[in-house]
Amino acid sequence: MAFTPENLLLANEIVARYPKTKSAILPLAHLAQDQDGYLTQDAMREIAGMIGVTPAEVLGTCSFYTMFKRDEVGRLVVSVCTNVTCLVMGGPEVLEHLEQRYASDKEVTIEEVECLAACGNAPAMQVNYEFHESLTPGSATEIIEAYKAGELTARGVSGGVAGGGQG
Amino acid sequence: MTSVIGAPNATETRIVTKRLRDRPEDSWTLDGFTQSGGYEAFRAALKLDPEAIGAEQVAAAGLRGRGGAGFPTGTKWSFLPKDSYPRYLVVNGDEGEPSTFKDRMLIENDPHQLIEGIAISSYAIGCNLAFIYVRGEFALGFERLEAARRDAHAAGFLGANILGSGFDLDIVIHRAAGAYICGEETALLSSLEGDRGMPRIRPPFPAVAGLYAKPTIVNNVETLSTVPHIMRMGGAEYAKLGVNKSTGTRIFSLSGHVNRPGNYEVELGITFRDLIESPELGGGVRNGGKVKFFIPGGASSQWLTGSDEHLDAPLDMDYVQQTFGVMLGSGAVMVYDETTNPALVAWRLAKFFAHESCGKCTPCREGTGWIEKVLYRISHGYGRPQDLDLLLDVGDNISPGLNAPFSQTTICPLGPSAVSPVVSLHKFFREEVIAMCQNNDRALDVTASDSGASDLGAGE
Repeated sequence: MAFTPENLLLANEIVARYPKTKSAILPLAHLAQDQDGYLTQDAMREIAGMIGVTPAEVLGTCSFYTMFKRDEVGRLVVSVCTNVTCLVMGGPEVLEHLEQRYASDKEVTIEEVECLAACGNAPAMQVNYEFHESLTPGSATEIIEAYKAGELTARGVSGGVAGGGQG
Repeated sequence: MTSVIGAPNATETRIVTKRLRDRPEDSWTLDGFTQSGGYEAFRAALKLDPEAIGAEQVAAAGLRGRGGAGFPTGTKWSFLPKDSYPRYLVVNGDEGEPSTFKDRMLIENDPHQLIEGIAISSYAIGCNLAFIYVRGEFALGFERLEAARRDAHAAGFLGANILGSGFDLDIVIHRAAGAYICGEETALLSSLEGDRGMPRIRPPFPAVAGLYAKPTIVNNVETLSTVPHIMRMGGAEYAKLGVNKSTGTRIFSLSGHVNRPGNYEVELGITFRDLIESPELGGGVRNGGKVKFFIPGGASSQWLTGSDEHLDAPLDMDYVQQTFGVMLGSGAVMVYDETTNPALVAWRLAKFFAHESCGKCTPCREGTGWIEKVLYRISHGYGRPQDLDLLLDVGDNISPGLNAPFSQTTICPLGPSAVSPVVSLHKFFREEVIAMCQNNDRALDVTASDSGASDLGAGE
């Protein structure tokens, strides 16, 4: 879906910040992903038009970065760290538990990620880029359930706050 | 070189982390910042000759980059060609070195301090447009930085003719999207220009042709956050802190099997033992255990062990490099107790580097993948006794000589960094690893983290 009028204003403002417009690809892709739930082909075409490059160039850039999801994902993207501090503090056990628990839950996408810079309170995960630390398999599940029940408010899939968090 | 042997009693020396520790309730707000002396150093700096700030304050302070390489900041600034404008200051906030978590804390909890450091540094080098490249996963940090930028602008600390000085400065906060390699400064610049984050061959160095091919200085978050304090204290006074050419304080991110993991800002020159064991710092190894090994400067560094020789080494960037071939790097110290299988840690590091290799240079693109596969089979019970030598051979093709500091067949240090765990296994745990291979021991049941390499190992 194309940028909403509100996001289009913001997108134009973002493009204007940079001496060269191509720099705006990453922030615009975040904006589109927050709006649409993942980074669609249409969004990459629209971004290309706004900054004067080909859609292939936008895809070329975006496909380099792990945060951009080019296929549909759940409303909640749960990123679990298993890098070398979380590795020895229980991160793999949290990941395994969540992968099994949410294997068939379309609302929740579990992914294994590299170091999140939360090693002081390992193991750690993010839900739509909100940090949750000092986890056990049980507490991680409770947090995800709280998001599902609306007791915790989720950011956008790209970590933005609804209504201009990428501003 | 002195070191304290015996009961450690080192404490923090809070300079850069003072505000966020003293007032956790509002350290990130403009009010919290200005009520604790914020922007006074910038106000004073605007009355000085810009060039004197680099030469007489930052260089005199002996400030060295806090991102990993430890390059003298004043020297870096001096590489800017004269009379070439515009020029840019780019802040490296893409903290991704495994087990480093200091910049995230500084971004989230003291964003104005970073902006003040940027403002002073921009004034010093003649930059009117600065960029903060902040790691994509730091959603809260991005919001705090944006709010701080807006508030600083509204209060007249950014924008046109700041505080009547005639100096103009705007800051663009750029959110990245999840690629470790973008912490390497030339890859960061490629990414900031909207391209895939691949490193560039130097020369030209960024100071000559960086962002948009204009003269560019790339400095780390902690480095720039230190600048206001250097101005406040005076460069010469700041240089009295620390040891030898490692002046001042640094924030060490201590993690793993210690009782009190966390960020600790300490004066350089205390020992690893102080950091790990002091009751006010790491508080010792969990369950009263002993250090089996530790990684002293982020995942890219070679390792040290729990020997007295290693634990009693001072936190001195040059000493540890010259004596042990390791680095203080990004200031991340990961501690592993005697329950840890070093081959498993090495495999997970290799998996990280293989995942994050950008693919530009063949030795790294191919080599990190092979290192990961072979370490997988060693750590998962399929190793062969000769595998460690095979790994050294692969490593030698990425980093000839297997030394530190690295030599490299690649553009950037990511590939050679993947060799560090291999060399460390060989140096300290050769017998243990070969015995694992002979007995087909599995390091741990880590099926959740199993990689695609399992086919290779299981099929042998």
